[in-house]
Amino acid sequence: MTEPQTQPATQDATQPARQGEPLLSVRDMEKHFPVTKGLFQRQVGAVKAVDGISFDVYKGETLGLVGESGCGKSTTGRLVTRLLEPTGGQVMFEGRDITHMSQGRLRPLRRDMQMIFQDPYSSLNPRHTVGAIVGAPFRIQGVQTEHGVKKAVQDLLELVGLNPEHYNRYPHEFSGGQRQRIGIARTLALKPKLIIADEPVSALDVSIQAQVVNLLEDLQNELDLTYVVIAHDLSVVRHISDRVAVMYLGKIVEIADRKSLYATPMHPYTNALLSAVPVPDPRGRAGRERIRLTGDVPSPLNPPPACRFHTRCWKAQEICKKVEPPLAELASGHRVACHFPENAPGTPDVPAAGKDEPVTA
Amino acid sequence: MSPFLDVKDLKIHFPTDDGLVRSVDGVTFSLERGKTLGIVGESGSGKSVTSLGILGLHKGRGANISGEIWLDGEELVGASQEHVRGLRGKKMAMIFQDPLSAMHPFYTVGDQIIEAYRIHNKVSKAVAKKHAIDMLGRVGIPEPGRRVDSYPHEFSGGMRQRAMIAMALSCDPELLIADEPTTALDVTVQAQILDLMRDLQREFDSALIIITHDLGVVAELSDDILVMYGGKCIEYGSADDIFYRPEHPYTWGLLGSMPRLDREPTERLLPIKGSPPSLINVPPGCAFHPRCPYAERTGDKARTVAPALAETEGGHLVRCHMSPAERRALWENEIKPALETP
Ligand SMILES: Nc1ncnc2c1ncn2[C@@H]1O[C@H](COP(=O)(O)OP(=O)(O)OP(=O)(O)O)[C@@H](O)[C@H]1O
Ligand SMILES: Nc1ncnc2c1ncn2[C@@H]1O[C@H](COP(=O)(O)OP(=O)(O)O)[C@@H](O)[C@H]1O
Ligand code: SF4
Ligand code: SF4
Ligand SMILES: [Mg+2]
Ligand SMILES: [Mg+2]
Repeated sequence: MTEPQTQPATQDATQPARQGEPLLSVRDMEKHFPVTKGLFQRQVGAVKAVDGISFDVYKGETLGLVGESGCGKSTTGRLVTRLLEPTGGQVMFEGRDITHMSQGRLRPLRRDMQMIFQDPYSSLNPRHTVGAIVGAPFRIQGVQTEHGVKKAVQDLLELVGLNPEHYNRYPHEFSGGQRQRIGIARTLALKPKLIIADEPVSALDVSIQAQVVNLLEDLQNELDLTYVVIAHDLSVVRHISDRVAVMYLGKIVEIADRKSLYATPMHPYTNALLSAVPVPDPRGRAGRERIRLTGDVPSPLNPPPACRFHTRCWKAQEICKKVEPPLAELASGHRVACHFPENAPGTPDVPAAGKDEPVTA
Repeated sequence: MSPFLDVKDLKIHFPTDDGLVRSVDGVTFSLERGKTLGIVGESGSGKSVTSLGILGLHKGRGANISGEIWLDGEELVGASQEHVRGLRGKKMAMIFQDPLSAMHPFYTVGDQIIEAYRIHNKVSKAVAKKHAIDMLGRVGIPEPGRRVDSYPHEFSGGMRQRAMIAMALSCDPELLIADEPTTALDVTVQAQILDLMRDLQREFDSALIIITHDLGVVAELSDDILVMYGGKCIEYGSADDIFYRPEHPYTWGLLGSMPRLDREPTERLLPIKGSPPSLINVPPGCAFHPRCPYAERTGDKARTVAPALAETEGGHLVRCHMSPAERRALWENEIKPALETP
């Protein structure tokens, strides 16, 4: 059997086929939001929204970040783009430590890291024309354009599949999918290297979702973009990602290339998530065995000790409540934080939870 | 014998300052006790208006309603508002997408179930409370005896949805309509709620209508499926008809738009071009023609003549000018292979 490795990895082992320096590198990143009470705002606790996560993102790849509501996906996105400042750990962008960089020094870097938001309705100013919205980054960053801002904006509109003549229209004149395209055009204005897309399609209708997913893929190929895509929809994430990280209550519990993650998920939580997805195949439903998780996700204000999943895990043993499992590489490029992983190589038919010797971490 | 629920050419139009909104413009289906109908469609296609229409909630609100709704031998479109109100709760009940907006924030969950139960059952408060605790237990709320005194905001999203199901089921309705009951929930909680609805339906033998935009959710529960587009039913058939031999280009588009976990990933999704129509300005002829890749095949007719909902085989209804043979050939030779090619 494979013993989980105990030493903390200094480098992310899940490297994609492309080698080289990671564009983004996150180590033990934390964000604890203080919880205050009363007149004097006395701190009574902390929401551990992100509680020590590490991952790398390589140039040209798409990393998917999945997990249920409140697990810390959006907070992770806001931390790596430094819309929030981490309370611990380290964020490196192109080899530079930006963890606590001042807003002034961050400003030139903001061009390189952009965020796409979930809600195409509230993320666009209703009083500004499409031209003003998409052109704003040029003005804010004082960027010179070869043929003027208007031409640059019209090129961008065309790139995302909008009519360049819509330059003078207002957001309310567009459908949800078109508004998301406007948001994407704005994001692309400054030719970013890294785009963090936070639920870019979840507010859209199914037929429009597919249009935007295809657009994101086309833009990646054309402009050599690197993506971190945050989403709760596991099918969408599989479709667009090269690698996928699964979060649960502020932690990454599993990270692997997309094929291994979906074909041989190791963390019980990943297995439960995948088996919960409704399958559009009515004949298949009778034969499907579903892992029924009981209960809801616990509050990040008071996460369960050691393995945070133990309150809902059907494989949980004593050790799970006492010793936190490290995120260990159990197969090439496939890391998982669990004492009794599923599908682990070398343990094909022995249910890991059935073993009686405790695993020491 | 006539079906338990029989809806014929239902139309619900709202006169507004901007013009007439044809929210529901020709919906036909029937449903037996113990069976589940899934209604799918994108936002604004008229799903919710249809369900509220069956419950009689548009009555007296300036809506123009026509067509027929037969529930257990009684016609409801022509029935009085008071009469239909009397049927709600006991005969038919509804589960909404957002339980917070459907529950009163200042009353305990228990009080709300008790009140709903006592409208139709002349029992003491104590008896009704026992029933409420029993119902909360049945839908999987832990410690129902204690939780019955909680307020809605003290519940998590999944628990609130369970509580609303308990409330809807408290009078053992014969028809239950669930409008996007899991859309706001996480996938593991969604799976719990879908399991619960399936189990309860078997136990109560009620007729269930589940409304959603998620083809996976309808596939999990439905016996029959109705696909809506622009206020109209464009395809209606058994779950097998819709998933294994769909005939409407819009249904094909929905299937092509959806990445799925049960197959090798396709290289690209196959979206539908354009966006759904506004119901004030539904395109003339076939409402789908501006987005339909096959519109040319039906020539001028696509733009000028509204296709009728016509039977293709064994209760499978399709609203499209193409001939059934032409549609089947397209599905077999073009669409299906494209959906399955990695
Ligand atoms: N500014 C804040 N102050 C206090 N708590 C916060 C703050 N922002 C986020 N949180 C909490 O941190 C946790 C993680 O939030 P986050 O928004 O990252 O979740 P998420 O994974 O993006 O969820 P969703 O899928 O619902 O968008 C949640 O419990 C949230 O309530
Ligand atoms: N009371 C009303 N007055 C005018 N228009 C309405 C009313 N209720 C719904 N509509 C319109 O009817 C259409 C269908 O709405 P709905 O049934 O809620 O869609 P969905 O399929 O998303 O549930 C929408 O265009 C909506 O704006
Ligand atoms: S460590 Fe234990 S409780 Fe945690 S996921 Fe693994 S088996 Fe379950
Ligand atoms: S009637 Fe014509 S336009 Fe409408 S769905 Fe059929 S082929 Fe397409
Ligand atoms: Mg979020
Ligand atoms: Mg609705």
